Amino acid sequence: MPARLLRFGDDPIQPAPPSPVTITVDGVSASGVAGQSLAGVILAGGELGFRRTSARGRLRGVFCGIGVCFDCLVEVNGHRDVRACQRRAADGDVVTSQHDRLPSGDAT
Amino acid sequence: MSGKLVNEVLVIGAGPAGLAAARAARERGTSVILLDSSDQLGGQFWRHLPETRPAGREEILHHGWSTFRDLSDALESDSGCRIIRSAQVWAIETSPEGPGTVHVVVGESDGVDRGRLAFSPDTIVLATGAHDRTLPFPGWDLPGVFTGGAAQALAKGERLAVGRRVVVAGAGPFLLPVAASLAATDARVLGVYEANRLPALLRGWLPKPWQLLGAAGKAAELAGYGAGHLKNRIPYRLGCAVVAAHGTDRVESVTIASVTADWMPIAGTERRITADAVCVSHGFTPRLELAIAAGCALTSERFVLVGDTQETSVPGVYAAGEITGIGGADLALAEGVIAGHLAAGGAVADVGLRSAVRRRRTFRGFAARIEAAHAIRLGWPEMLTPDTIVCRCEEVTYGDLCGTAASTRSKSLRALKLSTRAGLGICQGRICGRSVEELLAARVGDGGLSDAVTTDRRPIAAPIRLGELAVGHHNLPSDPDSMKGRK
Repeated sequence: MPARLLRFGDDPIQPAPPSPVTITVDGVSASGVAGQSLAGVILAGGELGFRRTSARGRLRGVFCGIGVCFDCLVEVNGHRDVRACQRRAADGDVVTSQHDRLPSGDAT
Repeated sequence: MSGKLVNEVLVIGAGPAGLAAARAARERGTSVILLDSSDQLGGQFWRHLPETRPAGREEILHHGWSTFRDLSDALESDSGCRIIRSAQVWAIETSPEGPGTVHVVVGESDGVDRGRLAFSPDTIVLATGAHDRTLPFPGWDLPGVFTGGAAQALAKGERLAVGRRVVVAGAGPFLLPVAASLAATDARVLGVYEANRLPALLRGWLPKPWQLLGAAGKAAELAGYGAGHLKNRIPYRLGCAVVAAHGTDRVESVTIASVTADWMPIAGTERRITADAVCVSHGFTPRLELAIAAGCALTSERFVLVGDTQETSVPGVYAAGEITGIGGADLALAEGVIAGHLAAGGAVADVGLRSAVRRRRTFRGFAARIEAAHAIRLGWPEMLTPDTIVCRCEEVTYGDLCGTAASTRSKSLRALKLSTRAGLGICQGRICGRSVEELLAARVGDGGLSDAVTTDRRPIAAPIRLGELAVGHHNLPSDPDSMKGRK
């Protein structure tokens, strides 16, 4: 679990105490702190890669972190193509990873 | 727009430049609408914990935090400034009568059924900022490779460190605050690797070395807050680059090599470092799509062309901050003040603008020295191997680009994009566009690419769902409070 949240008691900037938020990622529960992005909750849960690319099936996750690269797209509560770094996690969010395969072409 | 009556200024972007512009326009008594795609003010530079979690000492993580608080407090308590958060501008339509019509969706990011608004203000201030430019290298598509901006956003906005053992690399003074933020979020920064060498840095910095000292002092002060690493100085190495990231499904190690003054890796200098994250940035790319949509001319260096008034080539459209040249927050603030004042009908010669004009001159000089010291050098493609991904979205490799350029003998960027698919994916070339242009220009030989096309033009500036497009827009919301977006 390389990415991690700084414990608020250790934080030199002295943030207000956190309130918990719980989501599920591909059916597995993940918890974070209210105000975090979905990407932050997923990263702190230990998953660096949570989307598979279309052409090569490679894992991708957060890259730019500011909504530019679209590598962190996830499905949220049934709606596809949400940038996980741009959406704040809401309690109960159901996150599903995306793998959009290329059309196989064998229909032709 | 001097001499013309201005009733309403629309400011796009609430980072340093946009906030300063909004405030300056309000000081002239003009109504202001301030839009930002985020649900908080401050932009990337002043990214901070959400308002539901105020921090007692937020200023530790920021440069100029009191300036931010002053600007945001003044604007938030000002009924003449309408702040619309979570407002994504997705298109600007040009108009012969005015600066154009600005089309916006308001609601949570990438949501569904967001409200649509359209504004036709008297003047527009574009303050859309910049994002990291990261050059491709073998393994840069592995999870665990981040831009410096990602590390910053997660550290400052969530207090999350992207790794425990982190390498920071690339070029530019931005690497120092990235390392400092990571250290202040309890990550172990194994080293900061700046590709440029001492002679370049000295040439760039020597005229005003105290400014470098100022930046370094700030970084050291921040790094001091890394709990458990108080005594560990973070090594800062010049003339070194991360030339590869290794691992299956995630970064496990990186290869560092010495590079020449042109950034070509020097054989035999490679060494591996075990790391679980690597943050790489080689500078910044201005976010130009809205300026281009508004019809603004660009400079030869591909920034928005502005004069002393900060007005663009389109009457009534002003620009400030990183889209006019990468210069940092102090320059953005000065340009923002001037742009806002002029967009609200003022003149550059006005006495109240003297300080901003002076600061703009000072910090432009500073920006020129940063460029001289830290700019991307031409030898970077030597880091690439044929199977290095260049376009992350469409997974186009360097070998694909070279092969297509050779076999088609095309000199047209448009044709080469279509035949390779580089830059045509969901990020619309934001990440790879300029690298693809440079690689192809080098491959096609004499004269470079022939068509006057760039990868910066994106008529749809942000994704919008078809259902939202079908619904149509309101010219003005009937209930402004309903349009503020979810907090």
